[in-house]
Amino acid sequence: MEAASIAAAGGPRPNLTRGRTPRSVGENIIKALLFLAALISIATTIGIVVSLLAETVEFFSQVGIFEYLLGTKWSPLAGGDQKSFGVLPLISGTLYLTALGLVVAVPLGLGSAIYLAEYASPRARRIIKPVLELLAGIPTIVLGYFALTFITPVLLQGIFGIEVKIFNALSAGLALGVLILPVVATLADDSLRAVPSSLREGAFGLGASKPQVVLRVVFPAALSGIVAGLVLAASRAIGETVVVLVAGGANANLGIDPRESFQNMAAFIAQTARGDIAAQSVEFLTIFAVGTTLFVMTLILNAISIRFVRRFQQVYE
Amino acid sequence: MRQVTERPESSSEPRAAESAAGAQKPPAAEPADGRVMGPGTAPAVEGVKAPAAAPDSKPVFAVERLTVSYAGRPAVREVSFGIEERRITALIGASGCGKSTFIRTLNRMNDLIPSASVEGSVRYHGQDLYAPDVDPVQVRKRIGMVFQKPNPFPKSIYDNVAFGPRVLGMKGEMDEMVERALRRGALWDEVKDRLKQNAFGMSGGQQQRLCIARALATDPDVILMDEPASALDPISTGRIEDLMFELKDRVSIVIVTHNMQQAARVSDMTAFFTVVVDDTGHRHGEVVEYDETEKVFTNPADERTEAYVTGRVG
Ligand SMILES: Nc1ncnc2c1ncn2[C@@H]1O[C@H](COP(=O)(O)OP(=O)(O)OP(=O)(O)O)[C@@H](O)[C@H]1O
Ligand SMILES: [Mg+2]
Repeated sequence: MEAASIAAAGGPRPNLTRGRTPRSVGENIIKALLFLAALISIATTIGIVVSLLAETVEFFSQVGIFEYLLGTKWSPLAGGDQKSFGVLPLISGTLYLTALGLVVAVPLGLGSAIYLAEYASPRARRIIKPVLELLAGIPTIVLGYFALTFITPVLLQGIFGIEVKIFNALSAGLALGVLILPVVATLADDSLRAVPSSLREGAFGLGASKPQVVLRVVFPAALSGIVAGLVLAASRAIGETVVVLVAGGANANLGIDPRESFQNMAAFIAQTARGDIAAQSVEFLTIFAVGTTLFVMTLILNAISIRFVRRFQQVYE
Repeated sequence: MRQVTERPESSSEPRAAESAAGAQKPPAAEPADGRVMGPGTAPAVEGVKAPAAAPDSKPVFAVERLTVSYAGRPAVREVSFGIEERRITALIGASGCGKSTFIRTLNRMNDLIPSASVEGSVRYHGQDLYAPDVDPVQVRKRIGMVFQKPNPFPKSIYDNVAFGPRVLGMKGEMDEMVERALRRGALWDEVKDRLKQNAFGMSGGQQQRLCIARALATDPDVILMDEPASALDPISTGRIEDLMFELKDRVSIVIVTHNMQQAARVSDMTAFFTVVVDDTGHRHGEVVEYDETEKVFTNPADERTEAYVTGRVG
């Protein structure tokens, strides 16, 4: 009714139809380019997974899967009888080195995050936060040689008088801890600061002291983000190559003596790929089998963390 | 650590009576004296006022020449009045006149804002709350606070209520303390079967009553409420008002509200704040009038009060 009467009133009819203006052509080109970018990333991912899987399948046509997964001796490059494809020492070495790194990084990282988010004055924060970010920017090769030339001889053998090997898990683990410390600290700091201040006020209003507010309210409220950060840090440590290669040595070790030399999966891959082996030989194919194993481990870890985060995430409006 | 004050001897004896009575009747609907007050049906003002106007009323807070500043700029200035024990005191006034700022000085919540500073004195049962040796944590143990937006912790309903008693190290059976607080908060019947569920799953009104119950669990002497019902529907609001009537025979209540009917319905005393612009052009809040609620609403002494309560000015 009303529309009809307006039309009848006889103003010029506004043109609302879609036209092929230069602007719409430009928009379409941009859209196409963005789609292409997304497509390339997806194609790359698929390509990597497919090539990894193809070589891995080839590997398992020559080595039994149970021999690989359950074997306790890893010496694929050895000759004759000594050759053995049990991956457990590599997996356990990877997890062990990661655990050592976490033992260092979790208390230090969470401690600094709590200090930064809850206690530090704005001034202290302005100084400490960039230093943490600087730490995150140190190249891993520098960290590796720092471990080899300082942590091992000066700190461990010298100051603490521990009889460690030149290449040892303790030194590599400490360096891994330094490596992932900024990840833990930064992400935990972010999640702590994302906790609404109304929760802090509520707790203070009930007569809680500052440490009670922080540990019983703010920290649990930030837990999902903190755990996500820990998982990310753990994945970095699991996949870390250079630090372990330089400071940890080349010994696929199933033990738990931190003074011994240990190897992880990534360092094995780097070392072997560098070495002198024939393409398509079984030694060559181990690289892909180990790569797939590492990939699956990281995937599982991420899946667990996503589930955990979903389960504990709080939505603050 | 020095005690701020002796806890008033109110707590133990009425509580026993309550848990017995509370078992059969819905706590929200009936106040202790048996008058029926459904949600929304406000009690007659006279009826409520009679016991509170008793001459033995003592001040719980004596505020004198209180000025609160943020970064050196006064937000409220030269506030002086006494808040009486076991009565409901309403703070009204336009937005930005410093009601929240003022109410937060009563339990030293302003300590949490680094830029805030306080001059003048606030005496709580005769003790200066801002004396150098007073621990704000001890103050807040006795003077609880409920905020404008419900702020339950991301924990179970049970853990929310148990939080206060736990941090205070209160002795006694925790299940009982939680149940008692939830009954006093008029929430028990609604949540008794889902105490272990996360408090975020409750409605806004339930969350706010949970926050009140949480404050009650520590058995406070005073409860400060900063617009506790501003985000709630009329039924939830009515429940909270009923609750305030029930509480006031044991607890002193100070409430900030923008709702004139609410102030008139629930409070015994009313303080009207307004914004004043000083010679240098700075705006700050002041208390214009403080009196019995009935007087403030029917026969105010200051014309600004009259303009505000009759809605002629914002
Ligand atoms: N943390 C703060 N830092 C600086 N200024 C503040 C802070 N909190 C409040 N103020 C200022 O103090 C004055 C009083 O604010 P306050 O929140 O106490 O008012 P209010 O009466 O509670 O208002 P409303 O009714 O909107 O809640 C305002 O001018 C406000 O801008
Ligand atoms: Mg306010």
